[in-house]
Amino acid sequence: MLDLQERQAAAATAAASPAIHCVELTKHFGRTVALAGLTMTVPRGEVFGFLGPNGAGKTTAIKLLLGLLDPTGGEGWVLGRPLGEVAVRRRIGYLPELFRYQPWLRGGEVLRVHCELARLPRSAWGSETARVLDLVGLADRAGDRVRTYSKGMQQRLGLAAALLGTPELVFLDEPTSALDPVGRYDVRKVIHHLREQGTAVFLNSHLLTEVEMVCDRVAMVDRGRVIATGTLDELLGGRACRIRVTGLDARQRQTLLKAHDRAEDDGEWMVLRGLEPESVPDLVAEIVRLGGRVYAVEPRSETLEDRFLQLLGEGH
Amino acid sequence: MPALAPILTFAKLTIWEAARRKLLIAVVLLTLVVIGATGWVFHELHYSNGPGGGPPLGEVELLLLASQVLIFVVFLFAAVLALMSVLVSAPSISGDVESNLVLAMLARPVRRSELVLGKWLGLAVLVVLYAAGSGILELIVVDVNTGYLPPSPVGLIAYVAALGLVLLTFGLLLSTRLAGMTAAIIPLIGYFIAWVGGILGGIGTAIDNQGLIITGVVSKLLLPTDGLWRGAVYAMEPASVVASLRAAGRLSAGNPFSATDAPAPAFLAWTVFWFALMIGLTLWSFQRREL
Repeated sequence: MLDLQERQAAAATAAASPAIHCVELTKHFGRTVALAGLTMTVPRGEVFGFLGPNGAGKTTAIKLLLGLLDPTGGEGWVLGRPLGEVAVRRRIGYLPELFRYQPWLRGGEVLRVHCELARLPRSAWGSETARVLDLVGLADRAGDRVRTYSKGMQQRLGLAAALLGTPELVFLDEPTSALDPVGRYDVRKVIHHLREQGTAVFLNSHLLTEVEMVCDRVAMVDRGRVIATGTLDELLGGRACRIRVTGLDARQRQTLLKAHDRAEDDGEWMVLRGLEPESVPDLVAEIVRLGGRVYAVEPRSETLEDRFLQLLGEGH
Repeated sequence: MPALAPILTFAKLTIWEAARRKLLIAVVLLTLVVIGATGWVFHELHYSNGPGGGPPLGEVELLLLASQVLIFVVFLFAAVLALMSVLVSAPSISGDVESNLVLAMLARPVRRSELVLGKWLGLAVLVVLYAAGSGILELIVVDVNTGYLPPSPVGLIAYVAALGLVLLTFGLLLSTRLAGMTAAIIPLIGYFIAWVGGILGGIGTAIDNQGLIITGVVSKLLLPTDGLWRGAVYAMEPASVVASLRAAGRLSAGNPFSATDAPAPAFLAWTVFWFALMIGLTLWSFQRREL
């Protein structure tokens, strides 16, 4: 028994440093498995993208980490505290997905209510409210009722509420879903700002380009499981190159393809991955030496979307 | 353990919402209109001629009539209060769950129990304020027009307020699981059934039928609204009315607008327990809800 307690204490200490650490976190709703064993670590100060198709369990994961839902199995720590602890939420900000604030409140009043719920000292309410309103570009509408806000403005207000009190960890669940391109750009700016001040950001999204632009690391989830995790470089495996070439026989083409991981041959076009830009001329010289005729060479970055679809395809 | 500060925050938000949504203003304005209208009725009672163009009512007749009319007027107020209590409580939690607002609030360092207790407290303040405000105004209007005051004005207001609180508490319990419309219709039907149950129980007493008596008792235990209504009626009956009811014996027990006795202490104790049980169930139900 003592042994178990010691081990638990040791595990808790080890987990004290990351923003999020969870092991085999599982959630069932009746017979539906929403999350089937989530294991991951998000270091402090990092922007972490949590990617997956709709229904993959992304929102469930956030709710479990916030203690809004009790896990069916597994365990986890947020900012070094076990899941479900109330006090740690003082240091966490959260923007839920598809929510509506009280339409009868004014924007500034919503934020004051959240200052109160977050137990910020009353003297700081005014300055905090002004600070976050400014950050999300809503300062001039703070006195208007939420009822009169567009979807995008509601989203900005939610983002402002999540930033109150300078939290150490911010959960953003599809923060740009209701925003136009300008709004998306603004959200990216806010995320960069958070990273600069050392706040860890857990970003749920199915917008891959979005994630690619802001995240240090990503986890890809599908049907309640993490199917890949790592830095963007690790996941994307560097750059790719598309070449249109004729005059090579099948054996020569195979040799070229085999030399590169995840290469594709599409008749005339070949896609070779994991190529550094400096080695492209060498590759072309090699093809010419073999007797090939090169018509086009297009350096191309593999997108997260390519990789994501590929991973999803492997799983299905 | 729930803390006081967040409970007060949620209570404040609940009252704020009612005030902002014009619900409170609409109900207050309508109530003032109704109170004004009843003032005219009581004025007519006092100053118009008696039956067949005879002289105005004598002191005793006026008192008797005023007490009876007041019972009907208060019945109307109690019904409005019942309706209002249910309509504000039934969507209270379910609405916040549907809009995901509850997620934004509960992700703060607050407990679910604090949200439930805060909402209950805020709604309870509204119900008690309405019962007290409308009750006091109505009694003043009656007193000014007829010189009549019921024997126990404080008791009257307390019983009517408790009736509203019962329905509010029931509505809030259902609101943890059901959508607003469903959570509203069930307590309202329950209110009518309990009223009929009380009448059936009274008839049972009058004809000494055990089955009906038990029906009355069971409905009173499940939803104590009718028992509280009888308490309010008793608080409005002058001693002479009570005496004549008692003289009429068991036969008067079937009349839902009369009461021969004050509610039994055991019933009042049960009502207190009923509140504790319902609030406990509400906390449990919301705690276990998957959001």
